[in-house]
Amino acid sequence: MSKTGPVTLDQSKGMDEFLKGLWNENPVFVQVLGMCPVLAVTNTVTNSLVMGVATSFVLVMSAIIVSATRNFIPKQVRIATYILFIATFVTMADYIIKAVSLSAHRSLGAFISLIVVNCIILGRAEAFSSRNKISDSIMDALGMGIGFTLAILMLGIVRETLGSGTFAGFPIFGSSFEPWVIMVLPGGAFFVLGFLLLAINAFNKRNMSGGT
Amino acid sequence: MHTESLGAIFVNALLINNFVLSAFLGICPFLGVSNKLDTASRMGMAVTFVMFVSSVCAFAVNELLVWINAPYLQLISYIVIIASAVQLVEMFIKKFSPALFRALGIFLPLITTNCAILGLALFQTAKGYSFVESLVYAIGAGAGFTLAIVLMAGIREELELTTVPDVIKGTAIVLIIAGILSMTFMGFAGLA
Repeated sequence: MSKTGPVTLDQSKGMDEFLKGLWNENPVFVQVLGMCPVLAVTNTVTNSLVMGVATSFVLVMSAIIVSATRNFIPKQVRIATYILFIATFVTMADYIIKAVSLSAHRSLGAFISLIVVNCIILGRAEAFSSRNKISDSIMDALGMGIGFTLAILMLGIVRETLGSGTFAGFPIFGSSFEPWVIMVLPGGAFFVLGFLLLAINAFNKRNMSGGT
Repeated sequence: MHTESLGAIFVNALLINNFVLSAFLGICPFLGVSNKLDTASRMGMAVTFVMFVSSVCAFAVNELLVWINAPYLQLISYIVIIASAVQLVEMFIKKFSPALFRALGIFLPLITTNCAILGLALFQTAKGYSFVESLVYAIGAGAGFTLAIVLMAGIREELELTTVPDVIKGTAIVLIIAGILSMTFMGFAGLA
């Protein structure tokens, strides 16, 4: 996609930047970035949701700052500067989550701080925000953030319903349901993500062979 | 307070709570750099070395932050320390072993965004380890990372020789193998 077109189709361009993060360039399923939180915090639906929202917040805020300062920062020190911006917003997100819900903060643990080293955020800052104007950067960051949230919610829903028989804490199967304990253990995270990628591969293959 | 012996801390970081397979730290290089055995083991050594250096620095800076009462600077200062430690290690290796420097190539700067390093610094602070305990923890975690990535690289080299169905090729099969490895490592929980 060319980024240097005339500004006439601004509305639809912003929409394209937003939509590509949801499926075509989904950060988790297609780009396979930011795997650590994807695997680590998806044992319950609530954890996945908090993690997705926190990551989206940091993505959007850092996209705004990076895009706003893109003409002032010397090329040589840009990565270090981006990491400092990101670390600042992650510290903010950390304290906000602590203030809103102490139990969510406790169950996510160090993984909120580890948003700093989530490659999606630095990747979007370097690949998109540092080269585009603020409005496009916000749309791109929002799309990526929502794509990331949807992806980890998919994992969270599968792992929690099968692993503990609940959905966001509410039991959904009868009392006779035997939980698949492996799903909430580390191994289950690898399996569920592996099978989701497999399903997406199969889906894309079938679409491609159907099209040609 | 904790009352673990140094040996227990080491075994804990190496096997029971292996950074890659139980705590999900450092998954990116684990998936990305594990296709050749020799690059995987070099990556493991580089990560262990950076972990050691940044663990020492993080310990010192945490003492300073506690002293000036500014815990909110923790995350920002840790990430700066790790970036500088990586830079330092890079210059050091370039000066003393150009051959190793060439072999590591792009992997050296990439260690900055390896969450295992930042995770290690955060965990050692959260657990309240002393200086010696932090060092042992860092070496154990580094050895655990090396063990996991070398095991995975060995399996992936064998995988080259087999016929894998098209749909499962790439990341999908690596993740499923990682799941099996992770289940195996759960057996070490009995050591605790």
